[in-house]
Parts: sequence; C-alpha cells; structure tokens
Amino acid sequence: MITQFILFSLIVLAGTGGELCVSRAMKRVGEARSFHPADIARVILQAIRIPWMWCGVALMAVAFFALLGALSVYAVSFVVPVTALSYGAGALGGKFFLHERVSRARWIGVCFVVAGVILVFLGKQS
Amino acid sequence: MPMENDLLPADSSSGRPAIAAPTQSHLKTYFLIAIMVIAGPLGNVLLGKGMKEIGQPQLWPLAGLWHTALHIFATPSIWLGIGSLLVFFIANLLALTGADYSFVLPASSLAYGVVALLSYLILGEHISALRCSGIALICIGVLVVGRSNPKTTAIEVPL
Repeated sequence: MITQFILFSLIVLAGTGGELCVSRAMKRVGEARSFHPADIARVILQAIRIPWMWCGVALMAVAFFALLGALSVYAVSFVVPVTALSYGAGALGGKFFLHERVSRARWIGVCFVVAGVILVFLGKQS
Repeated sequence: MPMENDLLPADSSSGRPAIAAPTQSHLKTYFLIAIMVIAGPLGNVLLGKGMKEIGQPQLWPLAGLWHTALHIFATPSIWLGIGSLLVFFIANLLALTGADYSFVLPASSLAYGVVALLSYLILGEHISALRCSGIALICIGVLVVGRSNPKTTAIEVPL
C-alpha cells in the first residue's frame, strides 16, 4: 500500500511539474511553422537552450521511472487512468502554490476526474 | 504592450499576418492530437508489456538495481514503448506551440479510453464495467477542466 502510494505520488507530482516546466519553455519557443524536419529540429534546438525545458525533462524522467515501476506490478488499464489525478494536483498547485483563482467549472471537472479514479480503484478490488 | 498583429502568426513569404488561413493550422493541430491519442496509449501498453516480462524490479542491493536496469533496457517492448512515447512527446510539443494548453488537454483525454481498448486488445487485460465507468468519468472530467476559463488571474507570470 505504501509502495503504491509512493509510486503514484511520484508519477502524479513529478509528471505535473515536468509538464508545467515544458509548457513554459515551449511558450518561449513559439509556434512550429511546418512539419519539415529542419523546422522541427529548429524548434527542438531552441527548446533545449531554455533551462525550464531541462527542469521539465528531469521531472518527467522521475515520473517515467515511477511509471515503469507501477507498470511492472499493476495492469496498464489501472495505472494510466490513476495518473489522471494530476489534474487534481494541478488545480491544488494552482490554488495554493501559484495563488490562482481556480474556477468552479474547473473544480467540477477535477471532482469528475477524482470520482473516476475512485471507480477505477474500486474496479481493481472487484 | 503588444500590437494586434504581434499576436498573429506571420506569413513568411509576404510578411503579413497569416489570419486568412486558420483551417490549415487547425488541421495541423487535429492531426497532432490524433497522433498523441494513439502514440501515448500505445507507448504505455508496450511499456506495460515489457515490464510484465521482466517482473517486479529489484531496487536493493545496488547490484540488483543494476541488474534490473540492464533487463529493462534489453527488452525490445520497452524500446518500442519509449519510441512511441517519444512520438507522443514531440506531437505534444508541436501541438502546444500552435494551440492553447486548455485545448490540447481535453482533446487528448480520449487517450484514457484508447489505453483501455489497447490493454484489452494487446495485453488481454480484463476491463470491468466499474473500470470502464471510471475511465468515462475521467474523460468527462478532463473535458470539463479543459472547457473552463484558462486564465483566472490578472497578473501575468513572467517567462
């Protein structure tokens, strides 16, 4: 139970933090103009010069190894839906860490996600 | 304060803002999201397949951890899974450069349904009715989160 808690906490918290960092870096890079390999390479080369990208990649690597650990023990159709708890972590982080005003609609969505994850957990027991 | 034209993507050939061709940009975004919805779940399923082949990883002593790491990186399914997730990652990056996070996020929620389908088809996992209902609720929740106002604060966080 403790292992399960640690693995899923790492997946959710490190994964969410990583995505936020990567998203922040990509906003600096700007829109990719085409699928031409040279353009894609240009976007990637610009992105790797931004420190936020490296922070994001490091956090996502932690989340990835935690995901591997979880996948070695539990079913894929159980592990992946549980990682949706990151939406709850994102909303809580926005409210208490970034002091954002999280709208009622977003809380309702998060409640749906949490209810869904609870059902997935209950489905594992049955 | 940015001028209006600064907010629009510029047409490289004429230097004018490319406001007349939003459809092509939308198609590009939909195409990237389709890649994300397939490559992400496929990657997770392949990783799951590889990790099940290896068994429970040994983390201690250090020799055990090394042995586990060697096992992981010698498994073809793991590499295919990593490749598939890399495709997902690049598609996600490219989609985020051209579309809002609040659009990409709910659109990619379909991946939760696809992962259940692929787990059933490729790994033969049993998907109970309760788990299906849970996944459906998660998809609805992600859709609602994505449709909420993406900007609720007045202060701009500097990049």
